[in-house]
Amino acid sequence: MPKDTGIGASTKRREDVRFLTGKGVYTDDLSLFGQAHAVMVRSTVAHGRIVSIDTSAVEAMPGVLAVFTGEDFKDVGGNPAGWLINSRDGTPMREPKRPVLAHGKVRHVGDAYAAVIAESYAQAKDAAQVLSDATEIEELPAIVDMKAAAADASNRVHDEIPDNICFDWGWIEDNRAAVDAAMKAAPHVVTLELTNNRLVPNAMEPRASIGEYFPGTGDYKLTTTSQNPHLTRLLICAFVMGIPENKLQVVAPDVGGGFGSKIYHYGEEALVLAAAKRLGRPVRWTAERTESFLSDAHGRDHVTKIELGCTKEGDILAIRTETYANVGAYLSNFSTATPTFLHGTLMAGPYKVPHVYVNVKTVFTNTAPVDAYRGAGRPEATYSIERVVDKMCRELGLDPFEVRRRNLLTPDQFPYTTPVGLVYDTGNYQATLDKAVELADVAGFEARRAESAKRGRLRGMGLSTWIEACGIAPSHLVGILGARVGLYDAATVRVNATGTISVMTGAHSHGQGHETVFPQIVAEKLGIPASSVEIVHGDTAKIPFGMGSYGSRSLAVAGSAMDRAIDKIIAKGKKIAAHMLEAAEGDITFADGKFSVAGTDKAKTFGEIAFSAYVPHNYPLETLEPGLEETAFYDPANFTYPAGAYICEVEVDEGTGKVDVVAFTCADDFGNVMNPMIVEGQVHGGVGQGIGQAVLESTSYDENGQLLTGSYMDYAMPRADDVPFYTVDHSCSTPCTHNPLGVKGCGEAGAIGSPPAVVNAVIDALQRGGHSHVTHIDMPVSPNRVWQAMNA
Amino acid sequence: MTKVTMTVNGKSVSAEAEGRTLLVSYLREGLGLTGTHVGCDTSQCGACVVHVDGKAVKSCTVFAMDVAGSEVRTIEGMANADGSLGVVQQAFQDHHGLQCGFCTPGMVMTTAALLANNPKPSEAEVRHELEGNICRCTGYHNIVKAVLAASGQDAGAMAAE
Repeated sequence: MPKDTGIGASTKRREDVRFLTGKGVYTDDLSLFGQAHAVMVRSTVAHGRIVSIDTSAVEAMPGVLAVFTGEDFKDVGGNPAGWLINSRDGTPMREPKRPVLAHGKVRHVGDAYAAVIAESYAQAKDAAQVLSDATEIEELPAIVDMKAAAADASNRVHDEIPDNICFDWGWIEDNRAAVDAAMKAAPHVVTLELTNNRLVPNAMEPRASIGEYFPGTGDYKLTTTSQNPHLTRLLICAFVMGIPENKLQVVAPDVGGGFGSKIYHYGEEALVLAAAKRLGRPVRWTAERTESFLSDAHGRDHVTKIELGCTKEGDILAIRTETYANVGAYLSNFSTATPTFLHGTLMAGPYKVPHVYVNVKTVFTNTAPVDAYRGAGRPEATYSIERVVDKMCRELGLDPFEVRRRNLLTPDQFPYTTPVGLVYDTGNYQATLDKAVELADVAGFEARRAESAKRGRLRGMGLSTWIEACGIAPSHLVGILGARVGLYDAATVRVNATGTISVMTGAHSHGQGHETVFPQIVAEKLGIPASSVEIVHGDTAKIPFGMGSYGSRSLAVAGSAMDRAIDKIIAKGKKIAAHMLEAAEGDITFADGKFSVAGTDKAKTFGEIAFSAYVPHNYPLETLEPGLEETAFYDPANFTYPAGAYICEVEVDEGTGKVDVVAFTCADDFGNVMNPMIVEGQVHGGVGQGIGQAVLESTSYDENGQLLTGSYMDYAMPRADDVPFYTVDHSCSTPCTHNPLGVKGCGEAGAIGSPPAVVNAVIDALQRGGHSHVTHIDMPVSPNRVWQAMNA
Repeated sequence: MTKVTMTVNGKSVSAEAEGRTLLVSYLREGLGLTGTHVGCDTSQCGACVVHVDGKAVKSCTVFAMDVAGSEVRTIEGMANADGSLGVVQQAFQDHHGLQCGFCTPGMVMTTAALLANNPKPSEAEVRHELEGNICRCTGYHNIVKAVLAASGQDAGAMAAE
């Protein structure tokens, strides 16, 4: 019988009941007395100088309460980048101010330069349209193409940045000459130029924010769609508005997906707070989906040239890349970390490659800001590596499975220091590869291919062996790498007098199931029912601190903090038990919910100890404080390194170029698994997004910087009939060596490992189908692109 | 503003609406039934699906006034009389067919309508019928399983895991 509770059980999710009955409470579901509605006025041009905004045109319109423009925020701070990256020459990155509302210039279609507040949403919307018409913007040539932007000093996204370059980063710069020499000496060099397509995250809940101001106390409250309310509070207070941190409460209630896009602080959050103060009323704003497309931080958007030096037998000797990474018009909070320390540090992959050098040039353009999206830098690294390794196999006539086996690190090599600055703690990459080969029935592929061929379809199989660095992140290390924050997390475990437990965690659940999984761990460790544990998250007034959920960090970092706090509870419980049982503290053991005197039948239950802590009649008050509540902050010693092997099978319609993903197999090593059902769900979701990136999703700006894919009519989201059932396995587990739960994180894996497997499969199908000239197709592998490639 | 009356989840209700008020706004803002969600502005995502006179309808595409007098059912009306989860809802929980929960009400309403029309759908039929409902979290694997399970079929065997 599988367990139905505790660590390792596929406990059904308790949060589901409210979501399934319409009782979830998302930001836009809240309705506050006296609330007013904000609508943003957004630029319809990609680049322009604001000549005039005639606010008098709307001030007398029905219901209009206030109008804000960039002028209102020109004296407050900007929304900063969280990582300082230095260029190869040692100069710091260029950091243009990102204002609450655009001032002077607009820099992308959708750049908000004004906001209208009105009694009703409809009135605000009407007035916003009138204000848009009453605004004069002198249109400037749009800067859309990254390489052109970097080459043309005459046209600037930010007037003070002459070449539109944010930074030109080398990793590791000191190793460059050695890598160049190794590449020169390599018997064979494979070169591949590829694009990692820009994606729109598209959490199904659009962003929304409600600002409140309480004049009696001077307190503010922001309810917002955030993956990390404390970080949002920090950014608003310390950088943008100068509100003392103890005067702003940030609440992120139920949040409908994030995938990175809700990590960041956005101008609308500051706007509703400022408007609430000015009007003395709650002010709410909810994005329309089109606004999400125009103004949410996008993902990916790299153009990379990768070279791989190898022996004729397929031993990888050196990897060298040059990447242009689009940061869009402004630096979003993680935008400078994503193409650098979340990307360059992964460029050795799971392989024993001795020489790696990465160059990344980040470029400003008149497009929406680009930042971390599920995987964040690691999908870009994995895609580059796994595509070029696949190309190497084809050029040398080698088997892609055997080449991986030849190059993968072996279990005896851990801990392994890569040439790009990471120390992989543990893994068994051969095991996951073998498992994937077994589950995908690689041996039966030829028969399936023949069957497809009978139906006139070209079948191909693609492999990717991936690794990522997550559980973000050790503060000391990321500090060296340029982070301006620490990336620990915190938890408070509060044992109530009646024995129920509240866990205040810095992680934030927006689909991950923390309300179910975290209690499983508490229950296991304390020997109590999970039903007596409640998780409190998403409220800066209730939880001690936290850096939120992204980078597959919830369990690895926040879960570890919770684990530490539980240990403190047990330690205090032992002191209380020693007193009550008249024994030495060292003789007290704790197991199955009982504090016992070792070797005797004397014991107190957890509930009795909790009660005694709050009703301390028989209690060591002279040496021990009453109460049973402990807080722990946990700073990880290292990143965690989940890894795995993914195998994709596709069928290609030779007549139309349409690609169907017909089978997808994942063998992952996530370390210890707390709830297999949820872990598998995370992989499914990541793979779905990865297939979306590989086959469907394209974010297109035209030469004028107009977003051509600004709605679900134009942007191809994966739908139920675009994907197959997936086969997923996580049995090849090597527990993380440095966190107490032995967990590695599973949230991003699917989105990291899957795109190259899909594209490798498409190339395989075409090659086997006689289109041997096709060695690469950029994502998404749309029917048009595949057909053009076949018929080139 | 006009008072618009209809039957929602078996109860006669009325609320003020403008001519341009969409059914979804009427439900959410007029009646406080916030389980029906708005995920897009082009009638693509399906988070707003409700039943109008037994048919699955995207409530962002219908004016409230146009369905005055109709029988409307929303996610709030899908549980059993005793408050326990209905068959479709239970299947979604059993098979982890939801993560963030935002698309879920629309998925449940679409599924219920689908199964009313086609009690034993094939996997391909389920996937086809769910085309109008976008989920960003689940990769659809467990949603399709949940729908098959709700139809009484062996979802695990059909998913061939």
